[in-house]
Amino acid sequence: MSGATEGVLVERLSAWYGRVQALKEVDMDVPPNRVTAVIGPSGCGKSTLIRCFNRMHETISAARVCGKVILNGVDIYSPEVDPVQIRRSVGMVFQRPNPFPTMSIFDNVAAGIKLTRFHRGSELAESVERSLRRAALWDEVKDKLKDSGVALSGGQQQRLCIARALAVDPGVLLMDEPCSALDPIASYKIEELITELRGDYTIVIVTHNMQQASRVADHTAFMLAGEDGIGKLVEFGETKQVFTNPRDKRTEDYITGRFG
Amino acid sequence: MIVRSYGWRKAKSLVMIALVVACVGVALVPLVSILAYVTVRGATALNFAFLTQLPKPVGETGGGMANAIVGTLILLGLACCVSLPIGIFSGVHLAEYGKGWFSKLVRFITDVLTGVPSITVGIFVYTVIVLPMRSFSAIAGGIALGIIMVPTVTKTTEEMLRMVPRSLREGAWALGVPRWRTIVSVVIPTAAGGIVTGILLAVARVAGETAPLLFTALGNRFWHSGLGQPIAALPLQVFAYAISPYDDWQAQAWAGAFVLTAMILIVSIVVRIVARGRHITTR
Amino acid sequence: MTIVREGMKIISATKKRSRLRGENLPDVTFRLVALAFAGLIVLLVLAMAIAMAKSSWPAIQQFGLGFLVGRTWDPVFKNFGALPFIYGTIVSSLLALLLAVPVSLGSAIFLAELAPAWVRGPISLMIELLAAIPSVVFGIWGIFVLNPWLRTSVEPMLGNNFGFFPLFQGPMYGLGMLSAGLILAIMIVPTITAISREVLMAVPNSQREAMLALGATRWEMISKAVVSYARPGIVGAVVLGLGRAVGETMAVTMVIGNRHEISASLFAPGHTMASVIANEFSEATYNLYLAALVETGLVLLFVTILLNALARLLVWRIAGGPKGAQRE
Repeated sequence: MSGATEGVLVERLSAWYGRVQALKEVDMDVPPNRVTAVIGPSGCGKSTLIRCFNRMHETISAARVCGKVILNGVDIYSPEVDPVQIRRSVGMVFQRPNPFPTMSIFDNVAAGIKLTRFHRGSELAESVERSLRRAALWDEVKDKLKDSGVALSGGQQQRLCIARALAVDPGVLLMDEPCSALDPIASYKIEELITELRGDYTIVIVTHNMQQASRVADHTAFMLAGEDGIGKLVEFGETKQVFTNPRDKRTEDYITGRFG
Repeated sequence: MIVRSYGWRKAKSLVMIALVVACVGVALVPLVSILAYVTVRGATALNFAFLTQLPKPVGETGGGMANAIVGTLILLGLACCVSLPIGIFSGVHLAEYGKGWFSKLVRFITDVLTGVPSITVGIFVYTVIVLPMRSFSAIAGGIALGIIMVPTVTKTTEEMLRMVPRSLREGAWALGVPRWRTIVSVVIPTAAGGIVTGILLAVARVAGETAPLLFTALGNRFWHSGLGQPIAALPLQVFAYAISPYDDWQAQAWAGAFVLTAMILIVSIVVRIVARGRHITTR
Repeated sequence: MTIVREGMKIISATKKRSRLRGENLPDVTFRLVALAFAGLIVLLVLAMAIAMAKSSWPAIQQFGLGFLVGRTWDPVFKNFGALPFIYGTIVSSLLALLLAVPVSLGSAIFLAELAPAWVRGPISLMIELLAAIPSVVFGIWGIFVLNPWLRTSVEPMLGNNFGFFPLFQGPMYGLGMLSAGLILAIMIVPTITAISREVLMAVPNSQREAMLALGATRWEMISKAVVSYARPGIVGAVVLGLGRAVGETMAVTMVIGNRHEISASLFAPGHTMASVIANEFSEATYNLYLAALVETGLVLLFVTILLNALARLLVWRIAGGPKGAQRE
């Protein structure tokens, strides 16, 4: 499946870790089939925000969410929605590449598919190849699909994780600082890949790297933790506008480096 | 392509999680049963005479295991005399000087010693102590228990010394204190709480050992009469009475098991609570 | 002479190194004393193997490898073969593993993955304390509680329903291989559970998140990401449990029934290597008898050392250091 149409509509979203509030009343309309970057200093709740989009936030004990995240017209926090199924349509890539070390490259990509379907060999192989191609990794690994996923370089591992996330055909792809553990060349390849995936997926990327945001994102959200330590959305708009003509003084301070 | 329905996957997940919870139940049932039986049958057979008198000969009721309780304490004391110097010095070696291949070997051998069945320690001590001395003895029993304690004491000492921050050592060195004085008067006192905790847990563990005493301490129905003589021990006495055909002795075996278990569990629990208060992790 | 010369070399090398480290005489002495005690541990294990080999020499000479496969153990006719005990050790330990592994693994998964913190603490503590209960206490419980229960309920049930298997045939005493296997299982559950729990908790969270983010259910996450990652460590925990079962003496001696024969039935009494030593060592009236028993102990020693070395390699690989090294 490509050409997802859903965006992510966020309404008055707050999140807590136990008694500590991490996020306060975020409203945001993430446009479909575009790349949206979330920037801000560390501890501003940007990772927490996107972890609320696939209900990963609540896997941490005592974590709690309040507000709405609407996907395809459905609030994913309404009681009849099952988080497990939400995660099938919202893929996620993490800060550090985390391939499954006990599985081969092939099995890593197939892991998500195998959860829901018994495939005959050829069908599965096709899906895996398609995902690896899409993640721009196929040419590098096609001769060693049976090798362990952790034998790859860091950048390749991260693209393997992207392939693994794409294999279950999500409409939305969340990326939580996907380049923070990678060298500049590997980061560049990931950015290139994001640009290629643009248009087919709704991508939300958290990054602490403003240049990266300005290079890959159509829209940018700037977040900041207030005096109380609670993360809030300060500004959200087209990337060009946010970077060249920020509406909020705090955004301007941050972007020009006068802050944090 | 066959689709696995989500309902099926969810059901499977719930069933498996239920099974896992059931496993905890299955694991705890026999263990709770043991504690319950030991408490109930042991406490009912326990009386003042049990704690203060010698065993009575067959046919006479009453009597107790006072000699065995004292014997166990003596054996534990001897075991400490054997294991503490070896264990603590080895721990110091591993923590303070332990970098080369030799230390790796010592660590490995220590682990190996942990897994050696206690009965083979008994055989070893029999062949090197009991045979040359031509007598079963408290000394042999103490050495056997001491050997069993060595790896635990070594490991605890090493772990606890490693937790002492380097800055403390550097502070002492900067004052011109020689290295050995630093270890003896700064590092070890700092780690002492943790080391004592570990040693007490090790003592509690060996207090219940029976197999290594069978042919070293042997057992004795009277008060001990010198470290070169056979000596009674609580676990030995429990064993002998448990397999005896007399009801009275079997009841006393339960009482002995109760006293033994209570001693061990109380020491283990108290030590853990005290250690937790000091934020020292023990395992 | 060469030894002396080598010794001098070592001493002068040590001196040179000491000067480099800025050590004075007390420092060197202290370091060497610590080293000597550490060396004592190594010597101890060596001495153990050598002393036992020496004492069992008459039996090794007389029976050779036949000792390991001989089926008769007859002190009257001075004929010793340890196969019945080796068989007993293998059967009772495997039975124990069969029963203990699923239960321990389930408990470990519960404690590491599912239990809320307020449940995890007390249950983990309880399981650790149970590992401290002496073997002889398990034994007395086995004699007076487990065996009667087996004799009156479990064995008749197995005999009636599965009596067509040779495993479940013959007279039911309560005492016997089944009882030994069961009590060993109960005794190794805490060991395997505690170490597996540690290994599972050492699995990085990123693995769990990766599986969950793919839309896995909780169980799929546990089985496909966590358990498979931790598998070598869990195998190590199991092998460590096996090592404990193989060497366990008192409880087994008290419930296994003590008979020198191999029987296909789990209801039949038997012996393990450890139990025969505990039972007969003090009755060994002549040298060859004693040697045969010591040789049995030597076999036991080697088997447990091998199992432990293997287990530790596996556990270290996962948990990244020596873990679960407490004697239990």
